[in-house]
Amino acid sequence: MARARTPADLVGAQAGPPFEITFDGRPVPALPGQSVAAALWAADILAWRTTRVGGRPRGAFCGIGQCYDCLATVNGSPNRRACLVPARPGDAITTQEGHGHEPLGV
Amino acid sequence: MSPSASEPAPRSADCAEPSGLYDLAVIGAGSAGLAGAVTAAELGLSVALLDSSSGTGGQFYRHPVPATGALRPEALHHDWAAYAGLRRRLEASAVTHLGGHHVWTVAREGGAEDGRLGGTRGGPDVSRDGRQDRSGGGERPWTVHAVTGADGCAERPVRVRARAVLLATGAYERQLPFPGWTLPGVVGAGGAQAMLKSGLVLPGKRVVVAGSGPLLLAVASSLAAAGARVPAVVEASGYLGYARHPRVLAANPHKLAEAVLHGSALLRHRVRLRTRSAVTEVHGRDRVEAVTVTRLDRDWRPLPGTARRIACDALAVGHGLVPQIELATTLGCATRATPDRATALVLDEQQRTSVPDLWAAGETGGIGGAQLARVEGEVAGLAIASRLGGRPARPARVRELQRRRDRMRAFADAMAAAHAPGSAWSRWLTDDTDVCRCEEVTAGSIRTAVADLGARDARTVKLFTRAGMGWCQGRMCGAGVACLAAGAGPVAAPAERRPLAVPVPLGALASLDEPSGEPSGGPGGGSSARPAEGPPMTHG
Ligand code: FES
Repeated sequence: MARARTPADLVGAQAGPPFEITFDGRPVPALPGQSVAAALWAADILAWRTTRVGGRPRGAFCGIGQCYDCLATVNGSPNRRACLVPARPGDAITTQEGHGHEPLGV
Repeated sequence: MSPSASEPAPRSADCAEPSGLYDLAVIGAGSAGLAGAVTAAELGLSVALLDSSSGTGGQFYRHPVPATGALRPEALHHDWAAYAGLRRRLEASAVTHLGGHHVWTVAREGGAEDGRLGGTRGGPDVSRDGRQDRSGGGERPWTVHAVTGADGCAERPVRVRARAVLLATGAYERQLPFPGWTLPGVVGAGGAQAMLKSGLVLPGKRVVVAGSGPLLLAVASSLAAAGARVPAVVEASGYLGYARHPRVLAANPHKLAEAVLHGSALLRHRVRLRTRSAVTEVHGRDRVEAVTVTRLDRDWRPLPGTARRIACDALAVGHGLVPQIELATTLGCATRATPDRATALVLDEQQRTSVPDLWAAGETGGIGGAQLARVEGEVAGLAIASRLGGRPARPARVRELQRRRDRMRAFADAMAAAHAPGSAWSRWLTDDTDVCRCEEVTAGSIRTAVADLGARDARTVKLFTRAGMGWCQGRMCGAGVACLAAGAGPVAAPAERRPLAVPVPLGALASLDEPSGEPSGGPGGGSSARPAEGPPMTHG
């Protein structure tokens, strides 16, 4: 097979029109059926949380729900595994800091 | 809870307590689980098939959800026809498919403790000759506990009761740490493949693929086919290991054909294969900018003066797969060490675990690939039908499947031995390398626990350092910690014992005390115990 330009070309994806989610307030397009992590990767965003101890950036690592490195705050609810959660129109994804409970002070 | 969390499962009975007692609950809807479920259902058994994903196919046949409108999902797959066949049989069957169900524990009714002893009580062992009568005399049924939702956050506990359970939970990737492996842009090789197959995305434009095992070739060729540049595939082993098993190779020509297929795809995309080499460092501030590749000796010790830098914006890395068996080990199933020092379930010729009425198939019994998983799933389905039905099911077919299984297992063992991590791989680590990604525990602090505090095994290291105590419960760092804990001595098999296979909301745990048969818990019925400090319960 010839080199496809994109993964979507390769599988002949004919998704419906992209919709919008936001990441830390900035609009990010998502395709129907994509996970939150996939939509962020497609927008060249690889990190959406910082670690508890070192404050280091992290994003998706295992891609299948095992590593918990992809935790994000989705519509205000922290600790959602972005690689498993499907993106929905209007979803607000925000960087999760530490264990995700800063606003609660716990 | 956001409504996005609960996706309707395709054929799910949409109630909290799928009714009644099933003959068989199958956990995992990949190749092994699908084959087992449809085989058993076609022989008249009532079957529930649970999987954390909303769809079927498992990791190997992971594919975009229908909403992406992918016309050719098979373009990213090998042997798609085999999966399509299983899917057709599932659609034609009466199997209750429960997608989006994260199974967190399996228990024998009347208490887990009793379940563990089940095989030694209650009269003679009637399972050997398959003449157990359908209704009685045998073990108490199993209860499979799950939470629902895309990532298990829907907090709706579900219980499925069944007379037999088939574990087809597959595998996850073995990761060995190295400096920089926590930088964004470093992703699991299997993870990159999974995100590509289901989300149609790439982690970067120039992706180095590294680690060891045959998966690397498959990952590199699909990344390249999907438009990424792959400057190099870096394999820590050589391929000469296979040559030590000429008879096994000759008996498995399809495996050679697969290798040739991937090899020629790599040639076409001008991917360089570097064997006996490893990525020993990742460079970049907030994301990957380059990697250092170093040549290795036979024990995977880096050879001085051989380091070279390769520019890239992502690294897909993995060192083969390890069986995902925590549901089984919690129930006390016997395990064995595999040739690549992982732990797999001990299974007999009928795919039975050492616990009565608990079967397993596919990668849980040792990594062997989708084709072997399919064969084992069918063997298990036939064996379970025969055990519950009281007479042998299709004995000629069973013999033929068992022959094929043995041949493929032999190949899998040769492969595992050829790609087993070399004893000196931990020389890649600097003292400030994070080994446990979740708890940010460095190689230095683990070495201190071993050298100064006398820790000799992963469990003790965990107590001293919190390595393996975080969200993933040691799935990512287990191999690394065990190796560092062993110091110069032999690496003990990791104890794959996690009390809960997935994080569980407190509401679901609380519902364990409720009498079965009532809807347990419900939306908002308890706060998630997951977030703050890792799973609600840890062991050790
Ligand atoms: S990327 Fe590992 S859990 Fe999501």
